[in-house]
Amino acid sequence: MPRRASPRGPRLHALGDAAALVEIGRRVDTALNTRAIGLAAALRKRRGVREAVPGYASVTLHYDPEQVTLAQLQATVRNLVKARPAPPVPGRLHRIPVTYDGPDLEESARALGLGVAELIRLHAAPTYRVFMVGFVPGWAYLGPLPEPLRLPRRSVPRTQVPAGSVAMAGAQTGVYPLPTPGGWHLIGRTDLPMFIPDHDPPLLLRAGDRVKFFARN
Amino acid sequence: MTAGAVLRVEKPGLHCTLQDLGRPGHRLAGVPPGGAMDRFAIAAANRLVGNPESAGALEALLDGPVLVALEGCLIAVTGADFQPRLNGAEAPGWTAFWLAPGDRLTFAGRRSGARAYVAVGGGLAGDRWLGSVATYQLVGRGGIRGRPLRVGDELGLAADRAHPTISGRHLPEVRRPAYNTEPELSAVRGPHFERLQPASRRRLFGSWWEVTREADRMGYRLQGETLELRGEELISFGLAFGCVQVPASGQPILLMADHQTAGGYPAVAGVARAALPLAAQLLPGQRLRLREISVTDAQESWRVLRSHLAAIA
Repeated sequence: MPRRASPRGPRLHALGDAAALVEIGRRVDTALNTRAIGLAAALRKRRGVREAVPGYASVTLHYDPEQVTLAQLQATVRNLVKARPAPPVPGRLHRIPVTYDGPDLEESARALGLGVAELIRLHAAPTYRVFMVGFVPGWAYLGPLPEPLRLPRRSVPRTQVPAGSVAMAGAQTGVYPLPTPGGWHLIGRTDLPMFIPDHDPPLLLRAGDRVKFFARN
Repeated sequence: MTAGAVLRVEKPGLHCTLQDLGRPGHRLAGVPPGGAMDRFAIAAANRLVGNPESAGALEALLDGPVLVALEGCLIAVTGADFQPRLNGAEAPGWTAFWLAPGDRLTFAGRRSGARAYVAVGGGLAGDRWLGSVATYQLVGRGGIRGRPLRVGDELGLAADRAHPTISGRHLPEVRRPAYNTEPELSAVRGPHFERLQPASRRRLFGSWWEVTREADRMGYRLQGETLELRGEELISFGLAFGCVQVPASGQPILLMADHQTAGGYPAVAGVARAALPLAAQLLPGQRLRLREISVTDAQESWRVLRSHLAAIA
């Protein structure tokens, strides 16, 4: 179902009676994501907005209906989208050491028709963007993954993936912050903690940051 | 700051954790709000014993703990009816009463509901993480070392009772949510409602949904007549407590307190805050229906529930 790009700007959709979603696009795209992060930052300063969480191309708002109505928030969103966005702040750059010895490394290379060394070179080459954070504490959605590395998820997800596993699936890559179930291909591991419970915020990678992996082996 | 222990855990029950109203404000880090599944019941329990609504209290799933008072304290039990007993004699629910040193609070068995709350005057102390003592087991933080209660745990108060507290405060049934084994949960249309095929839109709000065995503090997988979706896959976005998502299987998922903070399944509805306590008291095998409501009506129903809490004085 194509969503018409309304001249009045994106619509705010209720996600319940104290949360709403504004979608500004339907693609994984750095420019859209930059706008989403900027819009979330601007909305966070508004009265009645408790949290504004950027997605790939959206913002999820948690608001206090006793302070602001959905209609007022809708008007705020339209004004903010019309206004010239603030220049994006270049995200912090993290260099993450990776030991490329994951249980799926060789199988992934075979499935992609690459040598293991080539897979590692390709994975460590780009500077990835943290498009968004969520799912579980400290999980950063990184991408885009180089085209030659894109595989569908594993048909049978693992019931437990160790924290620190470096993984990829589709156009995404990332590091498991916690031991959780997972369906991505595990190609390596890092000792750098992604989830840091005693910090505030309790995580390493934030939306808009950049990440460069480098091979330790 | 923590006063001495007031309660000793003689039996922890099936799964009893320290909770509060959660830790909103950390979704940017992927941390869910957490806290009590039934926000009304925990707030009521706290108010009945003279605490701020956000104080720490116990959430007991399916059966209650056995607690022994080490010091005199005022307590209230709300939420599910597990038949509270004070030294073996029937104790009233939704009512503040005193425990003297040596008194035992037990539960005779579940009569209705899924989660009971036990609040203590002064509020229960726990590990504070990101501004809340709510137990979040996935990361082992908050509560009592991030885990459910164990035999021998001693629970302390977060604060000295700042003002004299009185027993006998009670919240009558008419002022509680309409707890029910087959509740109708009011819900607003979600952002992706129109991704449902027309017949599925009627089904979402018309048919019965059974809570499956995959139901925990993160969310409930529901089972019913399959919902059909159309359109390409979505890219991930932020979620909220009460969101109803539909994965490719067509069987919806209701997100609860410890929900994942982001995902990419269509969000077709959002359960109203006033209806979430009803959802929190459901067990696998029980059924619910979703009834469509406007956002403003949903917000008004929350105001009404809030006024019942505010009337506890």
